[in-house]
Amino acid sequence: MNVTLLESTVLDEVVPARAAWSAVVRAGQWLTVTDLHGNQAVDCLLYDAHDTAVRYSAADTLQASGSVFVTAGTVLMSNEHTPLMTVVEDDCGRHDTIAGACSKESNTLRYGHHTGSQHACVENFLAEGARHGLGKRDLVSNINWYMNVPVEADGTLGIVDGLSAPGLRVVLRAERDVLVLVSNCPQVNNPCNGFDPTPVRMTVTEGGPR
Amino acid sequence: MTETPRAEGGPGTATTTAARAHARSQAGTVVDCMPQLPPPDGTLWSETVAGGGYTQLSLPAGAHVALTDRDGDACAHLVLFVTGRPWERLNPADTVKVQWNAYLATGSQLLSDQGRVLATLVEDTSGRHDALAGASTAARNRARYGDGSAHGPSPAGRELLVLAAAKQGLAPRDLPAPVSFFRGVTVDPDGSLRPAGSAGPGARVVLRLEQHATLLLANTAHPLDPRPAWHCTPLRVTATPGAVTGPGDPHWDATPERHRAHLNTAALGAR
Repeated sequence: MNVTLLESTVLDEVVPARAAWSAVVRAGQWLTVTDLHGNQAVDCLLYDAHDTAVRYSAADTLQASGSVFVTAGTVLMSNEHTPLMTVVEDDCGRHDTIAGACSKESNTLRYGHHTGSQHACVENFLAEGARHGLGKRDLVSNINWYMNVPVEADGTLGIVDGLSAPGLRVVLRAERDVLVLVSNCPQVNNPCNGFDPTPVRMTVTEGGPR
Repeated sequence: MTETPRAEGGPGTATTTAARAHARSQAGTVVDCMPQLPPPDGTLWSETVAGGGYTQLSLPAGAHVALTDRDGDACAHLVLFVTGRPWERLNPADTVKVQWNAYLATGSQLLSDQGRVLATLVEDTSGRHDALAGASTAARNRARYGDGSAHGPSPAGRELLVLAAAKQGLAPRDLPAPVSFFRGVTVDPDGSLRPAGSAGPGARVVLRLEQHATLLLANTAHPLDPRPAWHCTPLRVTATPGAVTGPGDPHWDATPERHRAHLNTAALGAR
């Protein structure tokens, strides 16, 4: 299926490297996340735009899909086990939803205390979420578009080199009015951004083939 | 619905005096699933939680919480908060990511979102746990079993956790996904989740609390339990006093990540 920008473009924005972004995507609208330069993790949380206590649940998404990988066909579920968005197209093949967002605090465990002052996704989520009345309690396990986290037979998992490439896209359809909260990941201590955070493009369009 | 014995042949319940005597005559009744009060010598708490039941506990740092799958079909969904600072709570994603492993086993830390340890899994005779799939919901249990209400025949884990949280002054938006003990899930190379079932009756885990923690425990069928009917049997919960992990303990520096988590926790007074 070929996705082109329609005349019905509602919003088309480039999110700078390391920046936060948010928008309400109305039911039936499409959100396209374009990895402009390749291997850029895009941390993403979803909330019911009219009741933010109903929000993305990685666990419910796994229950519904039966897989730890998010890809075309995956329904992104809420904590009430209702659909928020559906992945309708995916150029990349798989995305993560078990490894969460990076934080200054977890960076100290993963890499050492010298990383505790570095910019991290939770800082973006907190700052951008505050604009919508969301606080720390509202942050839960998120989706990481374009992030590659394999799980080996003994359970060993980790963020490894990405599968993405410049220009790859993920297309989501909103199943209800959804507040989308994004952190264009600033992490520089692992390969999720190829050690070089870059901009991504967020495009909201009306309608499209179902 | 509580089963209250009728006052047949007794004092009746038509007057306050008779109703009080009737109520008091029930004391001393022992059922399978209830707390033991006072707790047995040497314990802080001892309770059997029914299949489909929940409990919530606030216990001091160093306490050791033993969970036992008495009859082989319990599933303990656990959420932890730091008592008095509930904005620091279990983070299942950090728990698996920081420790480079999807599976909980002896030595695993349950990590908070603040880079600190909430609990260390110091004993495990089950080996069948899950940190990925969370708990069931009312909607999903309704679809699978016909009912998911908290006091119905097939309670959803989330419904029980919402109630347990409310009793600690917490709201649904305070709830992260739980981790689950005694019903395993493994991940195939293609990412598929595979239920690994139960280890059988008597399996036990012991959690050492590394901070003063509030535990919400819901005992109900795992969301990926493949059986068409809802099954869950009682969960034994006992807590004994003890000490947090410190230098010299093998858990203190078992891995570089766990060591730094202990350092952050030990330095808590500064933040």
